[in-house]
Parts: sequence; structure tokens; C-alpha cells
Amino acid sequence: MNQLISLLVENEAGALMRVAGVLTSRGYNIESLTVAKTLDPTLSSMTIVADVAEESRVLLIKQITRLVNVVKAVDLTESNAVQRELALIKISSVKPEMRSSVAKEAEIFRARIVDVAPTHYTLEVTGSPEKIDALIDLLHHYGDVEMTRSGSMAMARMPANRLPYPMFRAEPSAEESQTTPVVESK
Amino acid sequence: MALMNGARILIESLAREGAEVVFGYPGGVTIPVYDVLYDHNLRHILVRHEENAAFAAQGFARATGKVGVCMATSGPGATNLTTGLVDALMDSIPIVAITGQVPQSLIGRDAFQEADTFGITRAATKHNYLVKNIEDLSQVIHEAFYIAGSGRPGPVLVDITKDVLLAKTNFHMSDKLKPLRGYELKLDPDQAEVDEAVDFLWEAERPCIYAGGGIISAAAHEEVVKLSELLGAPLVHTVMGHGCMPPEHPNYVSMLGMHGGYAANMCISRCDSIIGVGVRFDDRVTGRLDRFAPEARVLHIDIDPVEINKNRRADVGVVGDAKRALAAINKRLEETQAQKSTENMKARTAWHGKVMDWQAEHPYSYEPSDVEIKPQYLMETINKFSKGEAIVTVDVGQHQMWAAQYIKFNSPRLWQSSSGLGSMGFGIPSGMGAKVACPDKLVFSISGDGGFMMSLPEVATVVGNNIPLKMIIMNNGWLGMVRQWQDLFFDKRYSEVDMQPGFPDIPMLAASFGIKGVTVRKPADLEAAIQEMIDEPGPFLLNVMVTREENVYPMVPAGGALDEMILGSQKPVATGD
Ligand SMILES: Cc1cc2nc3c(=O)[nH]c(=O)nc-3n(C[C@H](O)[C@H](O)[C@H](O)COP(=O)(O)OP(=O)(O)OC[C@H]3O[C@@H](n4cnc5c(N)ncnc54)[C@H](O)[C@@H]3O)c2cc1C
Ligand SMILES: Cc1ncc(C[n+]2csc(CCOP(=O)(O)OP(=O)(O)O)c2C)c(N)n1
Repeated sequence: MNQLISLLVENEAGALMRVAGVLTSRGYNIESLTVAKTLDPTLSSMTIVADVAEESRVLLIKQITRLVNVVKAVDLTESNAVQRELALIKISSVKPEMRSSVAKEAEIFRARIVDVAPTHYTLEVTGSPEKIDALIDLLHHYGDVEMTRSGSMAMARMPANRLPYPMFRAEPSAEESQTTPVVESK
Repeated sequence: MALMNGARILIESLAREGAEVVFGYPGGVTIPVYDVLYDHNLRHILVRHEENAAFAAQGFARATGKVGVCMATSGPGATNLTTGLVDALMDSIPIVAITGQVPQSLIGRDAFQEADTFGITRAATKHNYLVKNIEDLSQVIHEAFYIAGSGRPGPVLVDITKDVLLAKTNFHMSDKLKPLRGYELKLDPDQAEVDEAVDFLWEAERPCIYAGGGIISAAAHEEVVKLSELLGAPLVHTVMGHGCMPPEHPNYVSMLGMHGGYAANMCISRCDSIIGVGVRFDDRVTGRLDRFAPEARVLHIDIDPVEINKNRRADVGVVGDAKRALAAINKRLEETQAQKSTENMKARTAWHGKVMDWQAEHPYSYEPSDVEIKPQYLMETINKFSKGEAIVTVDVGQHQMWAAQYIKFNSPRLWQSSSGLGSMGFGIPSGMGAKVACPDKLVFSISGDGGFMMSLPEVATVVGNNIPLKMIIMNNGWLGMVRQWQDLFFDKRYSEVDMQPGFPDIPMLAASFGIKGVTVRKPADLEAAIQEMIDEPGPFLLNVMVTREENVYPMVPAGGALDEMILGSQKPVATGD
């Protein structure tokens, strides 16, 4: 099952390699990984989606947290975190009579048409990964689809400094892990 | 403030960290460093292979608890180090490795002797650095020592580009550490966890203390003995835990695991409460995990939160330094002793008796001989001379396990074994490092005839630096441990394990190095040979020809349950009570 992990890491060479290394050396496939700067220029945020068995998820968070330059790791899989993705979708070979339908579908999904040509459209859409999957499925009916996706970005709903699960505990209590994300903060 | 180049800043920074000795091997990129060492009072020992520089640094670190230091050049020098780094990582040993890197202008262009050391050693270290700015160098060295030696110890590598070694700057020595936001230590246990642990302990009717390397690195040996006494609990330990309790202690059982003692394995298999301290529930200890100690609840104390629930679920987890955690737990036990200790006392006393009965029924045993030197007899005899006080380093294989079974250690940091990685070639270089660290101690290294050939180059280092290491070869003419598995699990098809015991001729080999070497074949000659070795002021090579086909027992076959030990070649599988 996919695990959704949000990280705060020192913005320095090698940070990505170390985090990716923890996952790959355990044989987990990374579905998506995004890195970007934060308000504090010395820190980067990362969002990782990886295929991790449920029973290994806490262990993985701890192993990532153990890295010297990881400041915080949060498991958002079972939280109600905001999760968004951006996709650019190009749909070509659209039959003339279908063009208006494509524009309609785009509207329903609140996608923006960012480029138009006689035979194709380019759409920009943001949303949950499921929504983007749904739009792509639909567009296949209208022509040939190419796309590029950003991978997930996620954010917990409460401020980071108010996330529960205190430092270094061996394991969150049962109630904690049911209601809130697993956090290892240092 | 003084104008200095990077090479000098490096050496001055190592000196500031209190480094006493660097084990290393030079090369093109690190020549500037060696130029500084030429007339610096920081001691450098020139090894004969970089892997052994890392092993020797570990030998120093394991003997003292201080951070060991090794150094290598770029490319092949750095790649040669990596086995020693992974070894230190697996056994949680603090070392700092310095490597040279090609100049920044050449990085990424397949320059001569360029290797991606930073990338290659990512998974071989606790942390690593690539230094590209001379202004960072001293701070990075400071961080490297701090990270290597604190928390769960481990190896840290600092890769320094040649242009940094040659650049000059006005250097001001500082020992302030920049805060490391991602690396904060949790040394003191939470009181709530301590209270839970204390309740757990008083509830135990059949407790078993399972002690490991974390006791040694925390210097928590007195605390663990005290815990054992407060509860009347038997103590078993891992290969890494040797020396955590004097073997004469009435609660001491023995090593547990694949080649552990019968009583130790029965004790942990039948107990109702495991008290794991500084251990990682390794598969060589647990055997088949789903059948490991099925009736036991688990209290697990470790400084690394990753270890809690990693292999075996802990009913109570305590994250913290073993010394502090045990001190807090002991204090609470003493406070509550008056009302609590009587509750399960009777059950605990009976249990203690039962474990000691197992111990008396099935001590380590072997068929003695007065014709051949039995490997176990060799270890018993070494034990007679070491008296629990000498440092013993071992290589990997059958001799390692017999040494672990038969040689006793009264205090921590006397026993050194490459345990997690099991790297052959470890024994002599680590012994070298230990002897350099503790010149007043008697230091034996014990190798198999296979592993001896892997660390043969370091005999030159031992001789060249006059390190009076007592090197013992347990010579069975095989890659013994592999042969044992072929014997037991592959129909005795002894494929590629014959080491042809006829050569090299050890006394001649020793003579060619300018030291004394002796070969013994008869049990009657063994004691005199060991005495001669000890009396010799310098290094010594003792080649002991032992029974060729002898297997290490007890043995838990890989994948078997811990209480399904094979006790000896004729005896059937034991299934317990
Ligand atoms: C041929 C061969 C056979 C072997 N057979 C056996 C066998 O029969 N029995 C056996 O036991 N082993 C055996 N081993 C070794 C085995 O593979 C493991 O290396 C060993 O069991 C691990 O020991 P440990 O659990 O004490 O952990 P270590 O590797 O010593 O780890 C130390 C633990 O303590 C923690 N720690 C470190 N510092 C502190 C601190 N300050 N406070 C608290 N915790 C701390 C660490 O986080 C870690 O979890 C064998 C090895 C070989 C090569
Ligand atoms: C570098 C390395 N290569 C291979 C092994 C696998 N191995 C484990 S024990 C062993 C045999 C060791 O033989 P020897 O050194 O003669 O010691 P003995 O078992 O006979 O005591 C081997 C090959 C290893 N542990 N390390």
C-alpha cells in the first residue's frame, strides 16, 4: 500500500540521496517524490509516496528520522492531510466535433486550457491524485493523451509545531496512531 | 589566527578532538596531509591495506570507547576502506575516516583515481561529508567526531577535495559545535517509560536479561549487574555483550544464540519476561523469529528508537542511554522493593534454580584428546593465560565461536569480534589497534588459517611498528565454518574450502618478518608455547594445528527455533524441558 511521507530536511547536497537511499536499500519502490524550498531557505520539504507494507511504515519513518540531516518526518498516510498534485496533459488528434466536449470536461475538472492548436489542447490541472487519474481516464476517449505529473505534495492540517506524538517515543499509543499522523520530530 | 592550508587545519582539528593515533595509507591526493604529518606529533601508523586501517581504528575504539581514526587516499584508497566502515556500522563502533578526493575542478570527469566516495559510503556510514570549502573543514571534523561518538556510535567519513587541502586561510581554532537540528540525542528515558518498565519487572516470574553491545558502549555494566541482582534475574548476553557481567557472578549464564550455551537459549526460550538492553534481536540470536520466546513479554531498552519493535514487538519500550535508563529503573526498583519484591520472589528463585540446573546439565563440552589439540582445548588454554583480563580479538569463523564460548572476560572492552558483518581479516588489524590503545595490556589476536591469510599484510605493520601483539592461528586447514555447514547441510561435499594446511610454513614466515613463530601440534606442548609467546617482548606468531574436522556446538541451524539446538554430532535435537 502507498505510504505518504512528509519531510523537513536540511537544504544541502546529498539530502535527497540519503532519503532515497533508506527507501531503495529496503527495496521500496518510490511512486513519487517532490522536493522544494521552504520559508526557511536552509530547509527543504519533501513529499514521498512509496509502496510500503503497512507493518513497516512506522519503522521506515524512524529510519528516515535517524538520518542526521532529516529534521522532521511525518507519516500522513492515514491522516486527513491536504494532498495535491499538478498535471500537464496534452490531448491530440481530437476530432473537430469533439473539441467542445474536451473543453467541457476540462471545465468540470477545473482544469485550465493553457495551449490550444487546431489538433490539440494542453491542460493544466491540480487536485488529488485520484481526481487527476479520473480526468486522464476520461480524456482517453477524445484523443491521444500525453502527460507529465508533479507527484504529490502534502501538508498536515494542523501547524507543524502542534503535531502530537512527542519526541523519540518508542511507538505512538494506539489512540494516537488512530486519530493523528505519526510524527518523529527531533 | 594563523595562515594555514587545509591539510594542516585537518591535522590540527584531529589533534583538537584528542585523536591519539591515525591508521592510514597515503596517496596522490593526500600527500599534502602526509607532508604535515612529517613533523607533527600526531602519531600515524602506516598500515599495509586501507581496509585494515579501518579495522585498526575500530580496534582502538573498541578497546577505549574513544573515536578511532583512519585515513586513505581517493579512489582505491577510499573503496578499500568501505568493508571496515560497514563493519563499524553494523557493530555500532565509533570511527572517523578521512579520505582525499580529486580537486573540485576534476570531480565528475572520471579523473585519475576519482571515485564517488560520498555516494559509495552513504550506506556504509552513520553520516558522511564531502568538504568543498576550506572554511567548513574544521567544523566538519568537529561534527564528525561528535556524531561518530554520540548516541548510537558509528562510522563517519569526511571526504576532502585536494584543492581544499592545498588552499590557505586565516584559521582560528574553535571548538563550538553548530547546532545540528536533525541530530538531537535522547539520553534520559521518559519517566513514564521507566515506571512502565518497573511494573513490568516486578510482574516477571521468569525474567531473562538479554544484554548486548549497547551495555558496552554505554558503560552500563555495573547497572545491568545491579538490575540482575535486584530481580535475582539470570543474564544471557550476545557475542557483542561479552564482559557486561563477570562470568563468576551467580546470575551469569552465558552467550545465547546460534552457538550460544544450552542454558542461555533455554532461559530466553522459556522465560516469561525478556529484558533486552542494548540489543537488536539479531537473527543469529533469535533463530526463527516467529518461534522465538513465544511466551515472553518484552521490555526493550535502546538508545536508537529504530530498534524498538524492529524485529520483535516490545510490550514496553524505553528509549535512552542504557546507563541512564538502567540507573533510573534501578532507583525506582529500590524505592518500590519493600512492597513489591516479595510478590514473585518465590517464582523467580525457582526459575533461577532451573536455569542454573540447565547450565550444570549442559555446559559447553567436547570430547577431549591427548593426541590432537582440540580447538576447544586451545581456547580453554588461552583462557587460562588470559584470566579474564587480557584483550582478545578474533577473526570470523569457527575459532570465533569457540573463543566466544570458552574465553571469559571479567570486564567490558576486552573482547573484540566482527559480529554483525562478520568480516574475515578483522582479527589481526583490530588487535593491532587495541594494543596501540592499551600498550600495558596483554593482547591476543586469534585467527583461522583462512582469515589469517586475509590479514597477513598487517603482520608487516605489527613488526614495523613493534606492536607486541600475540597472534594466534587456529589452523584446521579449512575454511572451517563453511566446511561445517557443508558437513551438516550439504552432504559433506567440501567444495572449495580446503586451505591446504601444509603452507605457508609459519615459523619460516615469521622469520622472514624478523619475528618469532612457532607451530604446535600436541596438546602437551600447547601451554609451554603460549608461555613462550607471552614471555617474548615483541610480536609473536603462534600456529596451532588443531583437529581438522570438528564442529561448533551447540548449534541452532539457520532458520530453526532457538530451543532446537543441535548439542553435538551424536546427540539428537534437544527440545527442552
Ligand atoms: C559466525 C558468526 C556467528 C554468530 N553467532 C552468534 C551467536 O551465536 N550469538 C550471538 O549473540 N551473536 C552471534 N553473532 C553475532 C550477531 O550476528 C550479532 O552481531 C550480534 O548478536 C548483535 O549483538 P547485539 O544484539 O548485542 O547488538 P550490537 O550490534 O552490539 O548493537 C548494539 C545495540 O545497542 C544499542 N546501543 C548502542 N549504544 C547504546 C547506549 N549507549 N545505550 C543503549 N543502547 C545502545 C544500539 O542501538 C544497538 O541496538 C554471530 C556472528 C558471526 C559472524
Ligand atoms: C570477507 C569474508 N569472506 C567470506 C566470509 C564467509 N566465511 C565465514 S566463516 C568462513 C571460514 C573462515 O575460515 P577460517 O578463517 O579458516 O576460520 P575457521 O572457521 O576455520 O575457524 C568464511 C569463508 C566471511 N565471513 N568474510
